[in-house]
Amino acid sequence: MSVYVDKDSPVVIQGFTGQHATFHAEEAMKFGTKVVGGVTPGKGGSTHLGLPVFNSVEEAVRETGATVSGIFVPPQLATDSLLEAAEAGVEIAVIIADGVPVQDMVRTKRYLAGRSTTIIGPNSPGIITPGECKVGIMPSHIYSKGRIGVVSRSGTLNYEAVSQMTARGLGQSTCVGIGGDPVNGTDFKTVLEEFQRDSETDVVVMIGEIGGQQEVEAARWAAQHMTKPLVCFIAGVSAPRGRRMGHAGAVIAGDSDTATAKLDAIEEMGHHTVRNPADIGEAVLRALKETG
Amino acid sequence: MNIHEYQAKELLRAYGVPVPPGEVVYSNRAAARVAEELGGSRWVVKAQIHAGGRGKAGGVKLANTPQKVAELADQMIGRRLATAQTDQEGQLVQRVLVERASKIEREFYLSLIVDRVSQRIVVIASAEGGVDVEEVAASNPDAMHKEYVDPGVGLLDFQCRKIATAIGLASRAASFTRLMKRIYRLFRDKDCLLLEINPFIVSEDGDLLALDGKMSFDDNALFRQGEIVELRDFDEEDPKEVEAFGHGLNYIALDGSVGCIVNGAGLAMATMDAIVLHGGRPANFLDVGGGASAEKVANAFRIVLKDPNVKAILVNIFAGINRCDWIAQGVVQATRDQRIEVPIVVRLAGTNVEEGRKILDESGLDLIQAEDLDDAAVKAVASLDGAVAGGVLQ
Repeated sequence: MSVYVDKDSPVVIQGFTGQHATFHAEEAMKFGTKVVGGVTPGKGGSTHLGLPVFNSVEEAVRETGATVSGIFVPPQLATDSLLEAAEAGVEIAVIIADGVPVQDMVRTKRYLAGRSTTIIGPNSPGIITPGECKVGIMPSHIYSKGRIGVVSRSGTLNYEAVSQMTARGLGQSTCVGIGGDPVNGTDFKTVLEEFQRDSETDVVVMIGEIGGQQEVEAARWAAQHMTKPLVCFIAGVSAPRGRRMGHAGAVIAGDSDTATAKLDAIEEMGHHTVRNPADIGEAVLRALKETG
Repeated sequence: MNIHEYQAKELLRAYGVPVPPGEVVYSNRAAARVAEELGGSRWVVKAQIHAGGRGKAGGVKLANTPQKVAELADQMIGRRLATAQTDQEGQLVQRVLVERASKIEREFYLSLIVDRVSQRIVVIASAEGGVDVEEVAASNPDAMHKEYVDPGVGLLDFQCRKIATAIGLASRAASFTRLMKRIYRLFRDKDCLLLEINPFIVSEDGDLLALDGKMSFDDNALFRQGEIVELRDFDEEDPKEVEAFGHGLNYIALDGSVGCIVNGAGLAMATMDAIVLHGGRPANFLDVGGGASAEKVANAFRIVLKDPNVKAILVNIFAGINRCDWIAQGVVQATRDQRIEVPIVVRLAGTNVEEGRKILDESGLDLIQAEDLDDAAVKAVASLDGAVAGGVLQ
């Protein structure tokens, strides 16, 4: 097992023939991902990277049996592509685009409420199960197979944390980037639930940021329901109030939104907290030792 | 993106939400003329800057004659106004809004935001308007009435009636509902993140009026909001931030001395945090983004160095889509072309890291290389005192 994706997950790429999609689809295939085809409206019937191109996700799903979609379209088109994927019965849809209008996500999530499609992102680096499957843009070579689950908002901070783990011989079960937007498809708590259920994950690392209360709510759930240790880092201790720090969701709106307030609350619940971003690897090692 | 009060009021008026009669002016003479044209016996002169807290800072004043209106306009225009929300220097006032003063019977607070917890648009209303609403929210959260809008059907009449009742306007529920739905439509149509009317009033004549207006918009939706983009006032923004935006860089000026050039928002924040942990202070947040070319890196250096407080630069790149060799070339080029004299600490990791380090090594420049994030922060802070040379702590 692992969470969300593994070596058998059939993946379709939306926006397949675009430059970025092509590059990342090739990378994913080299990594072992079972890419079964792609969608570019108007180019159906052709082949790209030796795989079939379809005009619609519905057709792609029907012909290939894809259950996962990597959505590599520009932000203006992202929610439409997501709705198309969900209507076609895709189980997991990953939106990479940074810059999706927030009200588009509000409407889309309402439309998809009650359906089974898991939405990862937008503004996400993707999902990776080392050695098996990558739907995203992460540099595959820094990841290694193992038993640490990682969930983060940011891409590069995820790479930073993972490289610290890999350097200490700590491989990862799955790494999930939920994205830096204020309204996102899947929240931290939902991913923690997945990792708690996963028999191949021993320790979970949650990497959050200033803004909102998602990390605190997830940690509160974990304190009551998780048997696996949770290590948490929150970026932005030095961030000023009221400014959006790159990510649309990274803005301190109130006292409880600050990195320090969130870390204090999470520490009080008994989780492992990391105050120095360079110490994430060491903290995971300590948490792992505690589990024996 | 934020806009001025007078612009927000124009949008409200266009959507059929009553605002006091008034006009924005750029000179004292125009101010007096507008007061005369508006008629009446009392006017209010309001300094137009984006920051809040204008009232307490002397940026909102009443006048009983057109001459006094001109005097107040003269005092405000061309001066800097420092409020609780600006820096100490304050923001230059270039224009004032002259309005006929309203006789207030009751004041309310009204706002709409995109709420990240419920992932919906929420209307927040309170019978306690005009004052510091954060204080009300903190001391008496029950005084803030909230209605969450289902985006499938929009704001419903019964929700508007509930709000009206909660703030003591039950007898005017029908007219309030009409206005409330117009405000909601404006919020939705224009991709707002925040729309705040504080105060929203009932005048002595019995009219419902928006006495103030504050709006901010979703930057990610500006591609379809051409009319709103026109309202952007670059004078209200840090010129370095505006220039960075033009180069596809995300830069935010801060008040420390270590300039930061990083890829990715999360890592950029973490890098700032590491600097603080080791006793330094970041001069800025800067995300060069994915696919950073040598030119982009050079632009990043130029913008960071426009801040005279910068005494050292920390470049921290974890290349995923980026490539360390491109970044290294950019660093070398910028250091040569811009004759940079402050210490530069470079930490490279990820894609093509060996090639990148080799370019730095062979450049013959006095660049301080760092092994990892911690090492980079330690060296950057130490370099402020000249304690690092050739990558070694002295």
